[in-house]
Amino acid sequence: MAFNYDQYIRGGKLPHIWCPGCTYGIVFKSILRVIDAMKLDRNDIAMVSGIGCASRLPGYVDFNTLHTTHGRALAFATGLKMAKPDKHVMVVSGDGDATAIGGNHFIHACRRNIDIKVLVFNNFIYGMTGGQYSPTTPSGHLATTMPYGNVDPSFNIPELAKGAGATLVARGTAYHAAGLDRLITDVMQHKGLGVLEIINACPTTHGRRNKFKSPTDMLLWMKDTFIPVAAFDKLPPEKTAGKFPMGVLYRKEGIPEYCETYYGMADRVKKQKEGRA
Amino acid sequence: MGKIKLLQGNEACAEGALYAGCNFFGGYPITPSTEVAEYLARRLPLIGGAFLQMEDEIAAMAAVIGGALAGCKALTATSGPGFSLKQENLGFGMLTEVPCVVVNVMRGGPSTGVPTGPGQSDIMQCKWGTHGDHPVICLTPAYVQEIFNETVRAFNLSEKYRTPVIIAFDEIVGHMRERIEIPDPGVLPVVNRTKPTCAPADYLPYDDSKGDVPAMANFFEGYRYHVTGLNHGTDGFPVNASPRIHTDELRLIRKVEQNRADIIKYEEYLLEDAEVAVFAYGVSGRSAKTAVEQARAEGIKAGLFRPLTIWPFPEDEVAALSKRVKGIVVPELSLGQIIFEVDRCAKGRCRIEGLYRVDGDPITPAQILAKVKEVK
Repeated sequence: MAFNYDQYIRGGKLPHIWCPGCTYGIVFKSILRVIDAMKLDRNDIAMVSGIGCASRLPGYVDFNTLHTTHGRALAFATGLKMAKPDKHVMVVSGDGDATAIGGNHFIHACRRNIDIKVLVFNNFIYGMTGGQYSPTTPSGHLATTMPYGNVDPSFNIPELAKGAGATLVARGTAYHAAGLDRLITDVMQHKGLGVLEIINACPTTHGRRNKFKSPTDMLLWMKDTFIPVAAFDKLPPEKTAGKFPMGVLYRKEGIPEYCETYYGMADRVKKQKEGRA
Repeated sequence: MGKIKLLQGNEACAEGALYAGCNFFGGYPITPSTEVAEYLARRLPLIGGAFLQMEDEIAAMAAVIGGALAGCKALTATSGPGFSLKQENLGFGMLTEVPCVVVNVMRGGPSTGVPTGPGQSDIMQCKWGTHGDHPVICLTPAYVQEIFNETVRAFNLSEKYRTPVIIAFDEIVGHMRERIEIPDPGVLPVVNRTKPTCAPADYLPYDDSKGDVPAMANFFEGYRYHVTGLNHGTDGFPVNASPRIHTDELRLIRKVEQNRADIIKYEEYLLEDAEVAVFAYGVSGRSAKTAVEQARAEGIKAGLFRPLTIWPFPEDEVAALSKRVKGIVVPELSLGQIIFEVDRCAKGRCRIEGLYRVDGDPITPAQILAKVKEVK
């Protein structure tokens, strides 16, 4: 039986704002399949976002949803999670939102290892504003604010997350949709700060300026470029040039989760104080 | 009988917050407000509350709004440069109608300015700092006891009107130690947000049919709804069309403007027969009180109007005052900000004289007295 997405979509909120050929819909469906499979109570889920195309996703889904200011989703989410540590807090962000204007919040959320699930939709461009270069736009690519080719070095989001202290780091792509369900599940089931970078395509503001003749070409680029990490690690260096690993790239067990540490401290000092009284 | 304590203004602010039920603090260290954070860092864990020192002021304001949406009574405290950084999410809190309290312990100067000196030059920023039209409630206590009481009132107003409330005092009052009484629980009223009573399916987070302040559901309590910084309909979802945006922005303003009588608070001192009035708040209000007493001792009929609510501005009260005095002296630790409001309300009916100081020291009673004599 076909999966019933409607059960999670707010009545009257579709069609979404995403352009034809955008891959966000693929990821959106994957998220809903995973949440359904995990049998989470939707009253217990908060989905938080900032600004950008991906950040419109929470508006469509029947959870507690919070569409905040540009780059700040993780800071708002940190407040929600600290207030209600037993609830599920997810952040949906884009490459510009998470790693440019929100870069500081991103690294510090990773450092704290607070139990928030961060899904970064990386489409390599500022789509909503019409195609300006982002911190992940590849070198040489054309953008409206890099009309002669991008000179800015780019972030590798999983490496950034790992370096900042995230305890689960993964990468998937919209092309590898079946694998995406598995990766979103891994992140959702992780206790701590989990980052999943999801490679997406923006044909409208990125692809058509950069020799991708159709949205399909962008999906085929994902197919050719992203290699399961186990296979990637076995390849000789000359075969990994221009390629990237995908899957669970990094997992560190045994690192305390932030809310548990904080409220553990609170319980301890409270008991000490009561003991003295 | 409550508890008698010797506290700093910043500590009294923290105590007032706790009295009002504050169980969430998100902040970032900044002089001269840091003691608010330090005090709550010690106290909040003991009551199971959340204390967060965030990576920056922007994040602190965001975390506070997140905590408040999840049902907490949330506070942040900052000063000039940090207050500038908070403006983005302060506006978010105003448009999305999330109750919380923002303390600005004012220091001197633009930019880094005078971190350890007092200032009153953020007072227009309190009103206009975030972009767009927006409702503002801003309280201006001048004594340590008043900081305690007004912090309780700030939480109450934020919960009652579903909006962030700003408390603006200055470095001197923030760091000054005075004897205060912390009342027993129940002595001062503590207000909590009105929650919806309808079925979740019928809940409209911005329903304006029953009044200007919609009932507020907390996240995770069964009322799943959408909060966005985009202009939105009664259901919380973005709208991009007239006339809804216009009517909703008017409602936001109205919920403060039409409740002026409830929100505005001030002290009138020796004003009944006054020929010269001093309009002053915060530390300048303290100096003004002494100046007025000195003037009276010299036979000059001077009086003090000291606002404890600066926004919304006490327009009617200042207008009435301007009709019965020869002049109003406005001392402030800026190069002239709140004087524009006084002047606007006086409409030329009496002389308005500013007295400004921005060198890191307070305006003295002697300076104010001299100005009063000029005006009389």
